[in-house]
Amino acid sequence: MVPTNYYVILSAILFGLGVLAFIFKRNIITIFMSIELMLNAVNLAFVAFSQALGKLDGQVFVLFVIVVAAAEAAVGLGIIILIARSRQTLNVERVDLLKL
Amino acid sequence: MPKYPMLEYLWIVPLLPLLGSAANGIFGAKWPNKIVNWVAIGSTGLSFLAALKAVREFFDYFAENHHLFQKAFFTWIAAGNFRAGFDLQMDQLTVVMVLVVTGVGWLIHIYATGYMAHEGGYRRFFSYLNLFMFFMLILVLAANYVLLFVGWEGVGLSSYLLIGFYFLKKSASDAGKKAFIVNRIGDFGFMLGMFLLFKTFGTLDFAALFAKADPWPADAMGHLGTFTIASLLLFTGACGKSAQLPLYVWLPDAMEGPTPVSALIHAATMVTAGVYVVARSHILFTHAPTAMLVVAIVGCATAFFAATIGLVQRDIKKVLAYSTVSQLGYMFLACGVGAFSAGIFHLMTHAFFKALLFLAAGSVIHALGGEQDMNHMGGLSKKIRWTYVTMLTATLAIAGFPPFAGFFSKDSILLSAFENEYGGRNAGYALYGFGLATALLTAFYMFRLIFLTFHGKQRYDEHHVHVHESPNNMLAPLMILALLSIVGGWLAAPAFLPGGTDYFAKFLQPVFGGVEVAAAQAGARSLELWLAGVAVVTAFVGAMVAYWLYLKRPEKADGLVKSMNPAYTTLLNKYYVDELYAAVVVKPLLWISTKVLWKAADVAGIDGTVNGIAEGATAIGDGVRHTQSGNTRSYAVWVVVGAIAIIAVIFFWPFGGKTVIGMVR
Repeated sequence: MVPTNYYVILSAILFGLGVLAFIFKRNIITIFMSIELMLNAVNLAFVAFSQALGKLDGQVFVLFVIVVAAAEAAVGLGIIILIARSRQTLNVERVDLLKL
Repeated sequence: MPKYPMLEYLWIVPLLPLLGSAANGIFGAKWPNKIVNWVAIGSTGLSFLAALKAVREFFDYFAENHHLFQKAFFTWIAAGNFRAGFDLQMDQLTVVMVLVVTGVGWLIHIYATGYMAHEGGYRRFFSYLNLFMFFMLILVLAANYVLLFVGWEGVGLSSYLLIGFYFLKKSASDAGKKAFIVNRIGDFGFMLGMFLLFKTFGTLDFAALFAKADPWPADAMGHLGTFTIASLLLFTGACGKSAQLPLYVWLPDAMEGPTPVSALIHAATMVTAGVYVVARSHILFTHAPTAMLVVAIVGCATAFFAATIGLVQRDIKKVLAYSTVSQLGYMFLACGVGAFSAGIFHLMTHAFFKALLFLAAGSVIHALGGEQDMNHMGGLSKKIRWTYVTMLTATLAIAGFPPFAGFFSKDSILLSAFENEYGGRNAGYALYGFGLATALLTAFYMFRLIFLTFHGKQRYDEHHVHVHESPNNMLAPLMILALLSIVGGWLAAPAFLPGGTDYFAKFLQPVFGGVEVAAAQAGARSLELWLAGVAVVTAFVGAMVAYWLYLKRPEKADGLVKSMNPAYTTLLNKYYVDELYAAVVVKPLLWISTKVLWKAADVAGIDGTVNGIAEGATAIGDGVRHTQSGNTRSYAVWVVVGAIAIIAVIFFWPFGGKTVIGMVR
């Protein structure tokens, strides 16, 4: 049995990596992926606590998060494609006028 | 039908001029001058007739009830135990005042239709003039101090409007403001006096207040008791309104107004309101011997002071203005020595002859096409004969020659001053001495005016000025007033006969009652004759000096001016009082207003705070605006920073952390 602490620490590391990538990466796709990474880090923590506490609430939350993430990916990728078409770039530094 | 219909509806008397004023003021714009005339003269004339009827009814009423008539029409202010109503009253004093105001006012209205015929703003003038009549009647008919104060302020307003009638002229609008502001100083004292009276006696109704005050012990001489303070405060108001030292400065400047205004407001009626108030409050004043002495001294000093300035003025209206100030001083002198009826008597005769003097001066100015400087007149007696005759009558009256009106009123004042009871015998002799000296000066400057204007060489350019006698509607009031200036004093004349009485004093006996100094006691008869003789000789000497200096040897007058140059310049510049006030009062006040109140308090303080807050908000917004860079990654950083901050609060905030965690749980 792996102690819960390990999962939580792994989750925190993944989340931290996600945050750092979110801040420092310039490519929109990469930023998007870092968001997914943060979501999944949180999912991991949920599942770990669910296991430790013997309750199903955490797992239900994870399912919700996955659904929302899927929807978000659909919308987000649509936006990214539009940005790529209009700006001919995926660099967020170039996308700073708040309009397409 | 009520028994005394006019007294029951006494409000009609003041209402009529108000209606005239409103009609001319609101609807008169399209009316020809003729209709404006009819409205103005008609409303005041009807008011005069109504007043006559009311006076007649009052005599019946008095014969029956032996006390004043008073009626409350409606309650105007009621707050706590304070009540101020629209209450009018009629007693012997009111009778004199109402008849003088409506009668002389009506004559002056008639005169003004001729005088103002070629002036712009015709209906505005008559609207204001009627408005003045309304407020003046409220003032004299009021049965309490509050309503009196309404009239008091109202006549001040009308005076302001009429002094500044030619408002495009800077000097006229300045004079209007000066009159208003100087009066405000006096009114402040008047209001404080009213507050003190209400605090002490709990009412401001004349009848109730005086009934309560009468049994109280009088203040001791030199002691500042309630009576003394209240009287002095009321007298401050009277000083402002009646142009006494030190608040007289507005009256000479008020001559910027049209001449009928000078005659009506600034000679015959409004400026006597202060005398009226003092006489009306005589019960308060007689309980305060110190205040009486102050009134007498201020009156006497003003009379003398103004007369000396009048000696050298060149403007015909300015001479008359200082003469008015001086004569008002006489009236206060009379009140101050306890001879209220003598003061009111002089008020009445003065209303006749001073209104006449002003109207005649107006006729002279009219004849010369607007010339007011006496140095550019002379030799007019042949050309405008009627004006000359009437003006000479008024001059003889004011100088105090028997049997003209001024002789009797001035004589009774001087006699009362001689017998003064307040402040001792020596004070009385001093007051008498200055009064007599003023009589000498009065005779001198009035005859100087006559000689410079009507006699001697002609000093105007005949090619430019077409001298013409005034129309009949101007001459008729002059003649009526001239008649009144002769016979107006005869009411007191029998006092000189063996066993005769002063009918005027007797008439006012019910009002002034026991406080009246008996001017015509049997033992005083020979004294009175002596004093009258001295006064006549004095007046004669004054007139002769004027004759000698200005007619016989005009070069002597110039020589005298040269030899007494410093004194002459001082008088010509009115003792530099205006300059003194400007330096001591006006300049510092303007400085404080500009530098402290305006620049420091208003601009820097109040505006500074408001604008500062607005500017601060702008600056903060301007700073924060830059965080919205449009750069997505910087937003991401803010999100992270915010998240970290919230977590930090939850875990490390010393006071709220646990609660927040509790809420999460």
